[in-house]
Amino acid sequence: MTPPTPPTVIRASGINKVFTVRNADPVTALTGVDLDIHAGEFISLIGPSGCGKSTLLRLIADLETPTSGSMTVNGKPPAQARLDRDYGMVFQAATLYDWRSVSQNVQLPLEIMGVARGEREQRAQAMLELVELGKFGKHYPWQLSGGMQQRVAIARALAFQPKLLLMDEPFGALDEFTRERMNLELLRIWQATQTTVVFVTHSIAEAVFLSSRVVVMSPRPGRITSVMDIDLPYPRNFETRELPRFFELVTEVRELLRDAHGFDE
Amino acid sequence: MRAKFQEYLPTVLVAVGFIALWEFLVTAFNIQQFILPRPSRIGGELATEFNAWLAGNGSILFESGAATFYEAIGGFVLGCGSGILVALITARWTVVSQALMPFAIAANSVPIIAFAPIMNNWFGLTNPASKMAIVAIIVFFPTMINTVRGLTLVDPRQLELMRSYAAVPFKVLWSVRIPNAVPYIFSALRVASPLSMIGAVVAEFFGGPRATLGVFITQEAAGFNFARAWAAIVVASAIGIAFYAAIILAERVLVPWSRRE
Repeated sequence: MTPPTPPTVIRASGINKVFTVRNADPVTALTGVDLDIHAGEFISLIGPSGCGKSTLLRLIADLETPTSGSMTVNGKPPAQARLDRDYGMVFQAATLYDWRSVSQNVQLPLEIMGVARGEREQRAQAMLELVELGKFGKHYPWQLSGGMQQRVAIARALAFQPKLLLMDEPFGALDEFTRERMNLELLRIWQATQTTVVFVTHSIAEAVFLSSRVVVMSPRPGRITSVMDIDLPYPRNFETRELPRFFELVTEVRELLRDAHGFDE
Repeated sequence: MRAKFQEYLPTVLVAVGFIALWEFLVTAFNIQQFILPRPSRIGGELATEFNAWLAGNGSILFESGAATFYEAIGGFVLGCGSGILVALITARWTVVSQALMPFAIAANSVPIIAFAPIMNNWFGLTNPASKMAIVAIIVFFPTMINTVRGLTLVDPRQLELMRSYAAVPFKVLWSVRIPNAVPYIFSALRVASPLSMIGAVVAEFFGGPRATLGVFITQEAAGFNFARAWAAIVVASAIGIAFYAAIILAERVLVPWSRRE
């Protein structure tokens, strides 16, 4: 007996995105993208620079609009999903507001949604504890390290408990050790909050370690070349990275990327 | 405190050394007092005025300083305030601010002080408003230009994040653009504070009430009382420096986030 398929959160079909640049040829960022993402999945978009992985994420977030094709988020147009605050977003840079304390940064989305002050403070504190920064609420962003700032950004994205988390290379600027720790924390948060995660990365190991499915993309023009199920059991931990299956999967993804890229080695 | 004292020590030494060298050179080369008075003579004039003021006889020099500072700060508040206000209004409509910016930048390079006689004509020679008007116009443009910059030069990701929260435009202005502009505004105020003293004093050179620094300096110089003219310059400098320091202090208190290394 197979469990019922969870509901579709994101449905992209026939998505094309062309950027028109002044005084230059138009750039085709994405062509013919079809992708369904289901509730509770952890999806990584992986590929070399220029493959349109960030663009795809930004289309989901309604920070860009597709040139053609259709996209739904929670069954709605992305613009409506954005207005309904269906997703939380994390960029590569923590993008904290310097003039706000750590707690005030986490409270910002709640403030915009009109949550009362007391509840706001409580929820910010809970989120900061989730990312193990419970004691840093009164600090200012510039008093924290890069890794801590990124954790604040994650706490902020989770503050209003969105069912969908969009992450654009969130750990790209961190060192290897911090990055691996953050990966573990993210998995823990993902399982604790049962959100759907769409995660952009260019690290193969990171994509395999985190994801339930890896979407392999290729540039010029940006498109999806394959989608791979990652059958490593959850919960994953430091030892997962040492399993033979982990290495097999990493190799498979690497080969898929290489085929897609058309390198002759 | 000890570390602080050692930090300031070189500055203090340079100042003391400079004054000592000045005193020595004037004496050694027997320079005439109308060319360059000795610092001790200038200090003497200041002491005389101070004693007169202490004795309750009043000091025209200190009264002048207060009057000029009143003009400077009046013009400063008026000019900076309206500069910030206009920037806020125009930044709401990007098209308007983009249309206005070239004019503001052009106006910023006009020698506004040349309008001083016109302002004397408009507001009256002895009316402080004529000097305030000049000061206000001088500080208006740099303040407005910097504020517009602060409101528009926002990290695009900070704006995208607000968009992802579906924030209304007013919230973006209030919670992102304005706080982003505060350090820009302060750097404009830092420039504007000494400018306002310069503007007031120079405007007074074109005429004004007897008890103002500009008039005081021109009259004492005309009467060959150069040490007294220099004493007035010292007072003008002291007020300008104190004003500037007050702005820096306000910035430290109000903008703690710009204190990062």
